[in-house]
Amino acid sequence: MERMPKWADVVLIPLISLLLAAVISGLVILAIGEDPINALNLMVKGALGSTYGWGYTLYYATNFLFTGLAVAVAFHARLFNIGGEGQAMLGGLGVALVCLYLPWPHWSLALLAATGGAALFGAAWAFLPAILQAKRGSHIVITTIMFNFIAAAFLNWLLVGPLKPRGAMDPSTARFPEAVHLPSLHEILAPLGISFSKAAPANVSFLVGILACILVWALIWRTRLGYEIRAFGHSEPAARYAGISPTKITVITMLISGGLAGMMAINNVMGEAERLVLNATEGAGFIGIAVALMGRSHPFGVFLAAILFGFLYQGGAELALWTNIPRELIIVIQALVILFTGALDNMVRMPLERLFMALRRRRA
Amino acid sequence: MDLLTVLQVLDSTVRLATPLLLACLAGLFSERAGIFDIGLEGKMLAAAFFSAAIAAVTGSVWIGLGAGILASLSLSGLHGLASITFRGNQLISGVAINFLAAGLTVLIAQSWFQQGGRTPALLSGGRFGGITLPGAEALREVPVLGPIYYELISGHSILVYVAFACVPLTWWILYRTRFGLRLRAVGENPEAVDTAGISVIRLRYAAVLICGLLCGIAGAYLATALQAGFVQDMTAGRGYIALAALIFAKWRPWQALYATLLFGFLQAIALRYQNLDLGFFTLPVQAMDALPYILTVVILAGFIGKAVPPRAGGEPYVKER
Repeated sequence: MERMPKWADVVLIPLISLLLAAVISGLVILAIGEDPINALNLMVKGALGSTYGWGYTLYYATNFLFTGLAVAVAFHARLFNIGGEGQAMLGGLGVALVCLYLPWPHWSLALLAATGGAALFGAAWAFLPAILQAKRGSHIVITTIMFNFIAAAFLNWLLVGPLKPRGAMDPSTARFPEAVHLPSLHEILAPLGISFSKAAPANVSFLVGILACILVWALIWRTRLGYEIRAFGHSEPAARYAGISPTKITVITMLISGGLAGMMAINNVMGEAERLVLNATEGAGFIGIAVALMGRSHPFGVFLAAILFGFLYQGGAELALWTNIPRELIIVIQALVILFTGALDNMVRMPLERLFMALRRRRA
Repeated sequence: MDLLTVLQVLDSTVRLATPLLLACLAGLFSERAGIFDIGLEGKMLAAAFFSAAIAAVTGSVWIGLGAGILASLSLSGLHGLASITFRGNQLISGVAINFLAAGLTVLIAQSWFQQGGRTPALLSGGRFGGITLPGAEALREVPVLGPIYYELISGHSILVYVAFACVPLTWWILYRTRFGLRLRAVGENPEAVDTAGISVIRLRYAAVLICGLLCGIAGAYLATALQAGFVQDMTAGRGYIALAALIFAKWRPWQALYATLLFGFLQAIALRYQNLDLGFFTLPVQAMDALPYILTVVILAGFIGKAVPPRAGGEPYVKER
């Protein structure tokens, strides 16, 4: 018997968790001597009050869409991929190599190839942890954490050494050629007669992100592989009994997950910076964890959660600009969301389940 | 390379290994009791901030140390609440704690001191100074042994000696006391412990709190002994290196000492020689930075002896009814 209706599980619990996180964030803001209502107003105005704000919100959201999907896909196989950060860094390398060393006649072709390159490099970075988990039982959480650090050191070395153009000062690659410039939302919407901020970095990758959501949904719930992934996640012995190879599922799931995390680079590297800089991911790989937890590992939930975190990021930047609240407030909110939707899930769930059981008994 | 250079590198190895050692032993207690803890980093960071902040305000490093330990203990309590009481995912809880500490420390630092997320530089009363061991000055001129005693063994802050003393102490607690036996048992087979009439929950909370205590000392050491004050994200991945060392040591105290000394040595080398010239090619500093993590992956892969974690690690205990 279900302890509570499905809508409560899917909608009510995330909402209550979010509310708890919001209340505690408000208390934190109060504690450092600022006004939480005013802060919320500023955030809403800064992130959603103009097409400029929306442009940044959607830009951040695009990053979180990819990393959130990456974590979510792995969650379905009950694998915890903390390595999104490193995989996204390597994805950036893939994008940079495609854009710098191959000639492109048109951005659309370049985008296709860069997406492929990003996914390939991201997936490759997830491969070793995956195979080690599948074959040798090394804990994937630990190996992916280690791979984040190795990726950071590797990129650091590349960007101060081999990839840095001669004579350049900052640790970054050369600028990508003009031909691979991705159209921004302004350039996409202008022909339709919709005016959108020119300065905001949101670009066509957002549409690729939405496409990725749909494809992941189809993969998980409409294909044989998706079924095997979910079966493996629910019960490894049962999956094994049904003839599903744990090695195969672990490796394939992690490759998909790493590929999705890597694909984030078409947004931040190709769409925004147009060159690969040091620490280009800015923690987006970790935010994917919060996004996947909040979105209950469902692509639509991930989409909503990514928009929410995009809003928090842009809103937080505005807050730092106009008040004494530093940007790190977002990290606190992110931590609280992870805490309540992930680790303290039972704290919200147990009383709710009791409530629904009591209601049902009264009705019966 | 002369003796003095070698001694200086080894001396800085000891200084850099100390926070790793404390955090590693902290993780050892927690994980031996079956509670995975990837929140070592966050607990150290919180302790570093509160110890530096309170030491700066009160001028007393000891009150600072207490505040740091208290901060770390409260995060431990949160981890315990999530992973023991509410049987949540221990890894996710650890991730949350790391972010919580990373964000809150800067937020509070900015609100208290308005110095861009750092604490004021600590003056001498607010720091742990070096202790000159008896006879160090007198023996300084003795060839070889004198400099070793003076440079390497003497002259560290009290917390360094505490950290090294914790190694035999941890060994003794784990392998020679009833509490240690039960602690190890609860990480391998909690049902058996429960059947014997011993509270799994209480044991695990005890382990998690010891972990908090040690992380607190580690964080305080970073901000009040190794450096003079707190700066944003000053743990810089040390919590994860400690975790790596713990796996390297296969969850055993003496091996934890050796592993953290090795990783401390790598950090000391990376600090002193930016790019290491090995004659036939130059090893970039980034390779040094990545080496602890690469070594850990190799160990995890089981190519140099298999690292088997405590059997009940990561699993919340559900009492049968």
